[in-house]
Amino acid sequence: MNNEMAVIEMPNLALVMPEMFLLGMTCVLLVLDLFLNDRNRIITYLLAQLTLFGAVVITFSQMGGEAVTGFSGSFVRDSMGDILKIFIYVVTAIVFLYSRQYLQLRNMFRGEYYALGLFGVLGMMIMVSAHSFLTVYLGLELLSLSLYSMVALNRDSEASTEAAMKYFVLGAMASGMLLYGMSMIYGITGSLDIKEVGSYIANNGANNIILSFGLVFVVVGLAFKLGAVPFHMWVPDIYQGAQTPVTLYLGAAPKIAAFAMVMRLLVDGMEALYVDWQQMLTIMAVLSLALGNVVAIAQTNIKRMLAYSTISHVGFLLLGIIAAGPDGYSASMFYVLIYALMSTGAFGMIILLSRAGFEADTLDDFKGLNERSKWYAFIMLLIMFSMAGVPPTVGFFAKLWVLEAVLNVDMVWLAAVAVLFSVIGAYYYIRIVKLMYFDKAEDNSVIVADVDLKVVVSANGILMLVLGLFPGMLMAVCQQVLA
Amino acid sequence: MQSIYLAIPLAPLLGAMIAGFFGWKIGRTASHIAAITGVAVAFVLSVIVFKHIVIDAAEPFNGTVYTWMVSNGINFQIGFLIDKLTAVMLIVVTFVSLMVHIYTIGYMHDDPGYQRFFSYIALFTFSMLMLVMSNNFLQLFFGWEAVGLVSYLLIGFWYKKPTAIYANLKAFLVNRVGDFGFLLGIAAVLMYTGSLDYAEVFKQAPSLSGRTMEIFDGHAWSILTVTCILLFIGAMGKSAQVPLHVWLPDSMEGPTPISALIHAATMVTAGIFMVARMSPLFELTETALSFVLVIGATTALFMGFLGLVQNDIKRVVAYSTLSQLGYMTVALGVSAYSAGIFHLMTHAFFKALLFLGAGAVIIAMHHEQDMRKMGGLRKYMPITWITSLIGSLALIGTPGFAGFYSKDAIIVAVRESSLAGAGYAYMAVLIGVFITALYSFRMYFMVFHGKERMDDHTREHLHECSKVVTVPLILLAIPSVIAGAIFVDQMAFGGFFGSAIVVDESHRIATEVTHHFDSWWGLILHSFADYPVYLAAGGVFTAWFLYMKRPDLPDMIQQRFALVHKVLVNKYGFDRFNEIVFAGGSRLLGGMFWRVGDEKLIDGLVVNGSAKSIGWFSSIARRFQSGYLYHYAFVMIIGLLLLLTWIVFR
Repeated sequence: MNNEMAVIEMPNLALVMPEMFLLGMTCVLLVLDLFLNDRNRIITYLLAQLTLFGAVVITFSQMGGEAVTGFSGSFVRDSMGDILKIFIYVVTAIVFLYSRQYLQLRNMFRGEYYALGLFGVLGMMIMVSAHSFLTVYLGLELLSLSLYSMVALNRDSEASTEAAMKYFVLGAMASGMLLYGMSMIYGITGSLDIKEVGSYIANNGANNIILSFGLVFVVVGLAFKLGAVPFHMWVPDIYQGAQTPVTLYLGAAPKIAAFAMVMRLLVDGMEALYVDWQQMLTIMAVLSLALGNVVAIAQTNIKRMLAYSTISHVGFLLLGIIAAGPDGYSASMFYVLIYALMSTGAFGMIILLSRAGFEADTLDDFKGLNERSKWYAFIMLLIMFSMAGVPPTVGFFAKLWVLEAVLNVDMVWLAAVAVLFSVIGAYYYIRIVKLMYFDKAEDNSVIVADVDLKVVVSANGILMLVLGLFPGMLMAVCQQVLA
Repeated sequence: MQSIYLAIPLAPLLGAMIAGFFGWKIGRTASHIAAITGVAVAFVLSVIVFKHIVIDAAEPFNGTVYTWMVSNGINFQIGFLIDKLTAVMLIVVTFVSLMVHIYTIGYMHDDPGYQRFFSYIALFTFSMLMLVMSNNFLQLFFGWEAVGLVSYLLIGFWYKKPTAIYANLKAFLVNRVGDFGFLLGIAAVLMYTGSLDYAEVFKQAPSLSGRTMEIFDGHAWSILTVTCILLFIGAMGKSAQVPLHVWLPDSMEGPTPISALIHAATMVTAGIFMVARMSPLFELTETALSFVLVIGATTALFMGFLGLVQNDIKRVVAYSTLSQLGYMTVALGVSAYSAGIFHLMTHAFFKALLFLGAGAVIIAMHHEQDMRKMGGLRKYMPITWITSLIGSLALIGTPGFAGFYSKDAIIVAVRESSLAGAGYAYMAVLIGVFITALYSFRMYFMVFHGKERMDDHTREHLHECSKVVTVPLILLAIPSVIAGAIFVDQMAFGGFFGSAIVVDESHRIATEVTHHFDSWWGLILHSFADYPVYLAAGGVFTAWFLYMKRPDLPDMIQQRFALVHKVLVNKYGFDRFNEIVFAGGSRLLGGMFWRVGDEKLIDGLVVNGSAKSIGWFSSIARRFQSGYLYHYAFVMIIGLLLLLTWIVFR
């Protein structure tokens, strides 16, 4: 009788301290924002930053030790999750910082951006720490709903609302597919717990067509979140349609969460189906590399170009997962973390160059940047070189390690394809460098921006170089948490 | 100690960065103070290291400072190996560099590129220190290329002068040939030992001897011989050995302080240092040693001849440098590494002195370098006169002066050697002594004695240079006299370098001849019973006779032996040969590749073709991105269906 009673265990709340803190603070922010007028809105911003800082502190203090599950096995706290979460906080904090001036100049400096942004972070945290299919879905929806509304934040803009609509419909479809796949897997294995699903498949064999179908649907859902071809169609339209701060938000941290989701679902949950998902991911990786890099060349809008560049980076990210094993996963993790930093840097530059009534989002806006500011041209050069994978920037090592992992499992052709398309891709990154240094500036206005934006954008660019010179530490962390 | 080691290269680097990046802002004086302070700090620390390692006889330090990356189990790292060899090089490099830095204040006084110049030479000092302090091949190569880069920049320092640009391009290209060999050598080391670390490579080297490789079927070559010769080809480029010597005379287009620092005292000796450092490898292969010996002997003799016909004061010193580098290489060839390094050290002092002296003359003559327009300068420039005389006496090996001990050690070592080619080398170094004395004193007499051949305007303005010029001359003159006597016991014959240099038992001639000598004084006495002293004296006398007593004779000789003179003036035709065969050949080949390969194949087919096809593909793919929601959903569904179908039918 006593055992029966113990079915409802007392959850270990210490496990979810960061999540609870973030949720509580976001609610405070939401309420507080109501009482602020536009002049004091900066308080909302500062509170949001404070929240993220607090989350870093809490997660950091919890770090280390064995993985602990809680909430009846639906939540897990482990080292990989902690590192990914810290990066999510930091990247989001940078995003908030970059966005502040942009939003202020366009009369969009409102509490919603920060409230939704923080709810999105909460969603990502849940995705990162999910240990059950249901929790994954919960986190994903919380993130997605926040993103849909953020894309529509500037509701008077036709482009933004159109992008939000598209994103919502397609996102709902993808969520549906993911959920459908999960239900099939549940039907076969009788469990939603990721670990139990994993051990069921391992024990009962992978030769089950319904299981395979379920896997396909789950992979499609994941591919949509990552933006891998052919489930990428939303990416360019949403990147371009959304306001730059939203694109910035959407392009960086959610990719880290999506990586976590792939790790949890495919690696932790369905490693026994490795051969199946490896082949699917290979097809998508090759298509992403090819399409992303090639189509980016034809773009004239830099946000759209970066959207395609994202698609190609996702191809690279998938390579590491395809290679599997601790080496492959840690290479992928390194890649996604670096990608998030590169992407924030690139969008940060766009924001830096923009001003009220001028978006600086076409390639022409970068012409002759060197004449206007040698320093920022150099910063952009570092970011572009890093994206293209030119040593000694860190992008080189990110690519190198992924390729090394692929070569180590003897998939030489795949590495060759990846290298080939990176060469093609290098063209459009280096074209920006060419525009900055060799073309005449079309407008010669001085770059005006607040100090914090200038400093952090510079630090962001320099970081590409510093990490490139000292890549060992971060890589060691990635290897350690995935060992 | 480790932080001192780290500070030695970083101090000049910091100076270079301050002078280079902020020179335009902080002005001339602050820039040269920054650069000189950096080098002075490095010098003081080097003295401390020298005391620690050499005088206190501490254990050599071998450690990694920073691992850049690990790829396939190969460590790419920055590390220091500080033993006696390194300690000696540190002193030589930082001392000469410091002198040249101070001298530059005077020499470059009116140059608009003042700060740039200081930035470059401080950067050079950093690179050279990285090279000599390295404990692995990768860092060695880094330093190697970095000094090459700075040399390139400095030869072309006056970048508006076409001859300077020609010279720096030439230096760059010729060094490419050498560096290609060097890189292949490093690759061979890596391939057969799996490591770039000196200690590890040297440990494995004995197990490689006797093993062979086949590059061409049926021709088995000893791995070590091939590796060592490849490495030595690198040294031939950097240390200007025949036939890769052609860049060094032209490098005199650069400012004189550079000729002293880079193209006489330090950088060009990097090759000598490298071979000495690699002694555990070279000792295992007599073929490579013979190769080194013959190349060195040829350089020592035939480059000396060329010094006889030059009229440009700097070029005479340049050819003398080539010839002396040949001596050092000869020493390496007969396994007398310590004698080679000893000569490297004394040569660094007296050759820097000679170059700086020549520079002082050039300043005084308002940048006139032709010796035929000089003469009698000793009256006007007493300090330059005396110090140059000391430099020349040291160079020709006058008993008691620094060059005497080091050169004598080499000659004795060659005499005792039984290596193939040692007979030829012995003849070459003996004749070389005479030639050295002849061209050195020809220059000395033409510049400082005899009739004053300059025009009146120049004569009126002749005067001794400022203190920043003369003080380095005096400071360099001191070691040019005494450095030999101090170190001869230890360096030339003793086991001074300890574990840094390995000499195989069968090559150990240096120890056999040790018993001839008891002290530096005994060496002087003994020298009078041997040829070199008389040969040198003969050379000086000949020079005096031809250029002081009977100045009409040289022209007569020149006419009588017109053919020989022509060959010498044309430098044996190396330049013309390279110009026509290599430069012309590559231009021809390049032109062909350009028209057929580049324009038709690459530009036409590959670049434009692929750009067109990618552009076409890109525009097609763009059309898919129609903006219609149902298109997007459709693509997703198609993708899903394809994956499902594939799962079912695979």
